[in-house]
Amino acid sequence: MGGDGTSTKLSGPAVLSRKPLAYAALALWVGLLAATPLLGDNYTVRIAITIAMFTAMALSWNFIGGFTGYPSFSTAAFFGIGCYVGALAQRNGIPLVVAWTLATLAVALFAAALGLIILRLKGHYFAIGSIAVVEVVRLIVSSWGSVTGGGDGLNVPLLQGGPEAVSAIVLYVMLAIMLAAFGATVLVDRGRLGFGLRCINQNEDAADMVGIDTTRYKIAAYSLSALFCGTVGAVYASWVGYIDPTDSFSILLTVKVPVMALLGGAGTVFGPIVGTGVFVLLEEFFWANFLEWNRAILGGIIVFLIFFLPGGILRLDYRRLWRDLLARRARQRSAEAAE
Amino acid sequence: MSGILRLEGVSKAFGGIRAVNDVSFALEEGEIVGLIGPNGAGKTTLVNLITGVHPLTAGRVVFAGADVTRQKPFQAARRGLARTFQIVQPFPQMSVLENVAAGALFGGAPDTMADALDEARRELAFVGLEPLAETPAASLTLPNRKRLELAKSLAMRPKVLLLDEVNAGLNAAEIDGALELIRQIAARGVTILIIEHLMKVVLSISQRILVLHHGELIAEGAPRAVVENEKVIEAYLGAKFAARFKQQGSAHV
Ligand SMILES: Nc1ncnc2c1ncn2[C@@H]1O[C@H](COP(=O)(O)OP(=O)(O)OP(=O)(O)O)[C@@H](O)[C@H]1O
Ligand SMILES: [Mg+2]
Repeated sequence: MGGDGTSTKLSGPAVLSRKPLAYAALALWVGLLAATPLLGDNYTVRIAITIAMFTAMALSWNFIGGFTGYPSFSTAAFFGIGCYVGALAQRNGIPLVVAWTLATLAVALFAAALGLIILRLKGHYFAIGSIAVVEVVRLIVSSWGSVTGGGDGLNVPLLQGGPEAVSAIVLYVMLAIMLAAFGATVLVDRGRLGFGLRCINQNEDAADMVGIDTTRYKIAAYSLSALFCGTVGAVYASWVGYIDPTDSFSILLTVKVPVMALLGGAGTVFGPIVGTGVFVLLEEFFWANFLEWNRAILGGIIVFLIFFLPGGILRLDYRRLWRDLLARRARQRSAEAAE
Repeated sequence: MSGILRLEGVSKAFGGIRAVNDVSFALEEGEIVGLIGPNGAGKTTLVNLITGVHPLTAGRVVFAGADVTRQKPFQAARRGLARTFQIVQPFPQMSVLENVAAGALFGGAPDTMADALDEARRELAFVGLEPLAETPAASLTLPNRKRLELAKSLAMRPKVLLLDEVNAGLNAAEIDGALELIRQIAARGVTILIIEHLMKVVLSISQRILVLHHGELIAEGAPRAVVENEKVIEAYLGAKFAARFKQQGSAHV
């Protein structure tokens, strides 16, 4: 919205988005991730890559799920199609970067066409429809063996170089995608599109009546939520060198990405970045320490989110929390003193 | 008869219910026209048909010479056909100012957010909501929400404004203020169709009145003629009101 400071007073993060401090923190965070090839071992670099790619996808999801308020679970479909288009293009001799670009465009087109149908649904129906898309695409890819290799999967030409060089390249590409997604978020947040999407989020009928072409706006948001996931998928395929339908169209991925965005604060500019960072680090911690409980803990985070953090980490009013805490302490003390 | 807004044989059926049945009328530019009728007569449905919320079962809507029968609500808004909702429809978490700016930016003339905000401030001042510009719309009282609804539709720079019970829930003093506002809006050259249950209000402000009953237009004309119309008395006003109105009328003469 306009740069004159008249942004929504309610959503703190909209104000935060113009705070230089938040941008400095982001620069530091990206710098830290980018430095992992120099500082850490290959395991650390893997974590950094995971963070970068999931941040890109959480930022993407934020366009439709956060700004627009449509609870989409189609991330895995976009990611998976990106994997396959990228892989197939490369196998047919198309150069790496062109293959990645092709995957991006294909996924954006797919989302725009799909959006025309699926965005007529609202609320729970949209959520169910969007998750069904993942299953349908997975089934098609599994059954279309002659092209996709079916359940056997596909080998993807490996990136040139030793394992460390490859990791570093993948990391920098994923970071670039993440920053592109962030740049798009900032532009949307400040522009006409973001304002229109927020109107749709809060009252779609009123948005329509005020002159917003809601269908077009929602399709734009849905395509934006797909685009970067397509690139991430194609780069991921090049990184791992082998893809199959179960791995590419994973239901776990489709649930994780919205949870990351919600954890940080859906509809905010920095929320998906914070949420993904916290989520991946927690996951790594639990993964390393309680291997068997990993999934249970993911479930636990989701439940915690729903009950205690409906607005996400960035929407918490920390000052009030602190005041309440102090007030409670004081009350306790005076109660003790009275006894 | 041309008119800025013309309805030709407009009908709407919801399943078996004929909510609007073969309604034809025209609004002349700059007029204030009252639309009255009992609860469930089809008044709100008619507004929904004009603005493209529901598709028509039959008939045609012509706005400024163009057939707009199949338009979508957002197209109506951009063409200059604005409406207020009987049940107010704010963007609850946005500030009052942003609500009105949305109307200006998407439905009106401004190209930039800064222009839209300026326009929004002007309309807020006009309806008297300026002191509340920064408060969230969700925290407004009902009368203020009605004012917000009005400011939002004015920011869209409408040629025709359809007001669906903007005065409902207001007290006598507030209604006088609202009527003054509506007169000023008309003075800007905006054509107004006002749906209103309070006869005192309709009679004092309308140059012409349309009466809807069971989805059909049963009378149309000058306020005095409509009030004395037998069909209207039977369907809507009741004999008592007619008698009282006649007395008052003759007392004035
Ligand atoms: N979306 C809808 N679906 C089905 N029936 C509807 C719909 N909208 C209105 N109706 C029916 O159409 C008829 C006319 O309703 P409408 O709301 O237009 O009346 P109204 O004149 O505005 O009444 P009020 O004075 O109470 O606002 C009613 O019988 C109503 O139940
Ligand atoms: Mg009504």
